[in-house]
Amino acid sequence: MSSATLRLDGEFTIYRAAELKRQILDALHQQEALEIDLSAVSEIDSAGVQLLMLVKREAEALGREFHLSHHSPAVLKVFDLFKLSIYLGSPVMIRSCSVATAVPPPSRDRHEF
Amino acid sequence: MNFDDALPTFINEGRELIEEMERALLSLQHHPRESDAVNAVFRAAHTIKGSAGLFGLDHVVAFTHVVESVLDEARSGKVVIDESLIATLLASGDHIGALLDVVAAGRAEPEAALTRKAEPLLAQLTRRLRAHGSEITAESGHAPTEIDPGGGDTGLWHISLRFGRSVLCNGMDPLSFIRYLGTIGRIVTLVTLPDALPGPAEMDPECCYLGFEIGFCTQVTQATIENVFEFVVDDCAVRILPPNSKIEAYLGLIHQLPEDPTRLADIFVQCGTVSARQLADALQSPATDVAMHHTDFVSDKHGGVRHEPANTADAKPQHGLGAKAKECPSVRVDADKIDHLINLVGELIIASTSATLAARSTQNGELHEAHSTLSGLVEELRDSALKLRMVKIGATFHRFERVVHDVSRETGKDIKLVVNGEDTELDKTVVEKIADPLTHLVRNAIDHGIESTALRAERGKSARGTVRLNAYHDSGSVVIEVCDDGGGLDRERILAKAADRGLLEAGRALTDREIYALIFEPGFSTADRITNLSGRGVGMDVVKRNITALRGSVEVDSTAGLGTMVTVRLPLTLAIINGFQVSVGPSVFVVPQEMVDECVEFTCEAGQNYTDLRGAVLPFIRLREQFEIGAPPGSRQNMIVVRVGAHKFGLVVDRLLGESQTVIRPLSKMFNHVKGISGSSIRGNGEVALILDVPALMAHACLSQAPSTEAAQVAPAEMRL
Repeated sequence: MSSATLRLDGEFTIYRAAELKRQILDALHQQEALEIDLSAVSEIDSAGVQLLMLVKREAEALGREFHLSHHSPAVLKVFDLFKLSIYLGSPVMIRSCSVATAVPPPSRDRHEF
Repeated sequence: MNFDDALPTFINEGRELIEEMERALLSLQHHPRESDAVNAVFRAAHTIKGSAGLFGLDHVVAFTHVVESVLDEARSGKVVIDESLIATLLASGDHIGALLDVVAAGRAEPEAALTRKAEPLLAQLTRRLRAHGSEITAESGHAPTEIDPGGGDTGLWHISLRFGRSVLCNGMDPLSFIRYLGTIGRIVTLVTLPDALPGPAEMDPECCYLGFEIGFCTQVTQATIENVFEFVVDDCAVRILPPNSKIEAYLGLIHQLPEDPTRLADIFVQCGTVSARQLADALQSPATDVAMHHTDFVSDKHGGVRHEPANTADAKPQHGLGAKAKECPSVRVDADKIDHLINLVGELIIASTSATLAARSTQNGELHEAHSTLSGLVEELRDSALKLRMVKIGATFHRFERVVHDVSRETGKDIKLVVNGEDTELDKTVVEKIADPLTHLVRNAIDHGIESTALRAERGKSARGTVRLNAYHDSGSVVIEVCDDGGGLDRERILAKAADRGLLEAGRALTDREIYALIFEPGFSTADRITNLSGRGVGMDVVKRNITALRGSVEVDSTAGLGTMVTVRLPLTLAIINGFQVSVGPSVFVVPQEMVDECVEFTCEAGQNYTDLRGAVLPFIRLREQFEIGAPPGSRQNMIVVRVGAHKFGLVVDRLLGESQTVIRPLSKMFNHVKGISGSSIRGNGEVALILDVPALMAHACLSQAPSTEAAQVAPAEMRL
C-alpha cells in the first residue's frame, strides 16, 4: 500500500486549475492514499473548491483514501464560507491541523511540487 | 389550490387550539403535575406556530415561539408551572388570539399598540427561561439562530443558486457573491452542491459546476437580495423564497431543481428554511392536493429526521400529530352548505305534505301506505339535517372556566364553577350569540352575587363560592341557568332604585319576580361601587335585548342570603318546527307543537275572557277578534291550551286541523309591526299559514287583563296569570 502527501502552494485558483487537476488526479491514481497538504495555499477560489470536491468524489469511487491537511487560513476561510468543513474533513480536525502534531501525519513519502 | 383559501380554516383552527390551550391550562391549575395537560398546551402552541409559519405570519410565529419554548421547558420539568405562569400563559393565549384577529381582519402586521402590549408578556416568558439558564433557541424549522422576541423576522430566506458553466471564465467567482451576500445579512446555513460535476475526464476545471442552497437571515427586501446576483443573473439560476413561504413554493422549487427531490428535501430541511414538520403539515393542511404528489419523499424525510439528534424538536411533535388526528374525527363543512341542505329539506317537507294531501283524495291504499313511509323518512331526514347545525353547549360552558378564573383573581374571591348538562345541544347560531350574554351573567354572579370571603365566613357559608351553569331541554326550548350561592338580590334596594328612576307606579304592589325583573331595565345597577367588571348599569339590559333577539326570554329568581338564579330560555332551532294547525274561518294558523298542552271544546259565558278548566281559571284569546277575521264563527268552537314556561292560556279557534311539519319562513319587513305572528309557512296545498308568536300573545292576554296598562309596562318581563 502506498500513500503520498501532495503539498500545494501558492494560488489554488482557476488560473492553475487545469494544471492542478491533472497533478492531483495523477497522484490519486498512483496512490492508495493521498493527503493534500494545504498549508502553503495562499489563495483558493471556487474552481479550487470544486476541484477538491471532484477529487474527493473520485477517490470515493476508486476506493482510495483521501485527506486534506494543514489548511491554510485562506483555505479555512473559504471552506467556512462554503460550509465544506464537514464534507471535506471534520471541522475539529481542520482547526487542530494548524498545530502540526495534533494529527499524526499518515504520510511516508512526501512529494513536493 | 390557493393557500389564501385555507387561511380562514387556519384562523378557525387557531382559535380552537387557543381554546384547547386555555382548557388545558385551567385544568393545570388544579392538577399542576398533569403531564397530559402540559403536552396539550404545548401541542396547541406548536401547531399554531407551525401553521402560522406555513402562511408566512412571522409575528405570530415569533410570539408563539417564545410561548412554545417556555412550554417545552415545562414539559421537561425545567420550568415549574405555578399560578403566575398559568396566568401569563393564559394572557399569551389571548395575545395569540388577538394576533389571529389581526390576520382575520386582513392586515399583515399588528398595530404597534398590540405589539407593545405583548412586551411585558414576552419579558415574563423570557425571564422564566433565563431563570434556569436556558436560552431561547429556535428549532430548525424556523430559525436556527436566536429569536428576536420583539417580533422581528424569525424566518429564513431560502436562496437556491445554480451557477452556469461560464461564470469562472467570465471572471466572476461564486465565492464573491456569497461573500457579498454575507454583508447584507447572515448566511445561517449553506449547502454546496457538487452534483453537477461530471466525471474527472469530462470535467473542465475552468467551468463552474457548483450549486448552493442557502438559509439566509436578513431584514432586507427580496429586491436587495436579487441585486446581489445582478451581475451574474444571465449566468446563474437564482431562486429566492421569502421566509416561511408557502409549503407549495418549497415543493415547487424542489421540483424545478435538477437534483433528486429526496436529496433536495433533505437539504432544504438541513438549511432550516423548511422543516420536516412543515412538509408533514402540508399533507394535513387543506393544500393536500398539492402536497400529495410528494408524499413519498416527505415520509422519507421523517425517517431521516428522526435519527438526527440535532432535529429532535422536529421529531417530538410527531406523536402529537397522530394524536390530534384521532381526537377530531369530524368534517368541516361550510355553514352555507348546511343552510342550503336545510332549505332543501324544507322544500321537501312542503312537497311531501302536498303529495300526501293529493294521495288522500284517492282511495288507493297502497299509495297511502307509501306516503306514510315517506313522511316518516322525511321527518327523520329533517331531524338529522337540523342536527347538523346542533352543537353541544359544553364548549361554551368551558369558556366560562376562564371567565371564572380571571374574575376570581381580580376580585380576590375563591370561586368554583360547576357545569351541568354540557351535552345539551342547540343551534350553532344560537350558541354563538348566547355566549356574550352568558358571560355577562357569569361575571355578574361572581362580582355582585357572591360575597367576599370574609362576609361568607360571617354568614356561615363555605369560603368557596359556587357558580353553577346548567342546561337542559324543556318543551322545545333550551333552558340555561346561571346560579350563584351568594347573597341574593337586595329587594329593597332594587325598589328604592326603581322609585328613584321613576320606574314604579305608586300604589301598585309588585311581586318579587316583578321586582327582580327590574334589573333588566336599561341603566339599572344597584352596585354601590363600580368595579372593573360590572356595575356600570350596562349589561343586564343588553343581556335581555340579546336574548329577546333570539326569540328567547330571561327571568331572574333570588332568595336573600342563599343566591340568585337567572334562567335563560331559548328556542332550539330557528328553521323547522313541528306545528299544530288550527283554522279560524278561512285562515290557518300554526302553533308550535311543543307549546300545545291540550285541546278542549270551548265553552264560555259571552263577554268573558277567562274560562274554567277543571276548576282552574284559564284566560284565553279569541283569535277571531285578535286578528279581526270577518267570517262568522261556526256552531262549535274549540280551544287549544298553550303553555309558556309555567303559564297556561287558551286560544279560541274554529277547527283543529292537526299536527304537521312546518318550515318557518320569515315575514317580510312590511309585517314587522304585526304582533302575535312570528313567521309564515306554506301548507301542502300552497296556502299560507301564519305561525303564532305564543309568548307575544300571552303578553297581550296579560296586558288586557292587567288593572293598568302603564303598570304592566313597568315589568314586561314577568307576567302573572
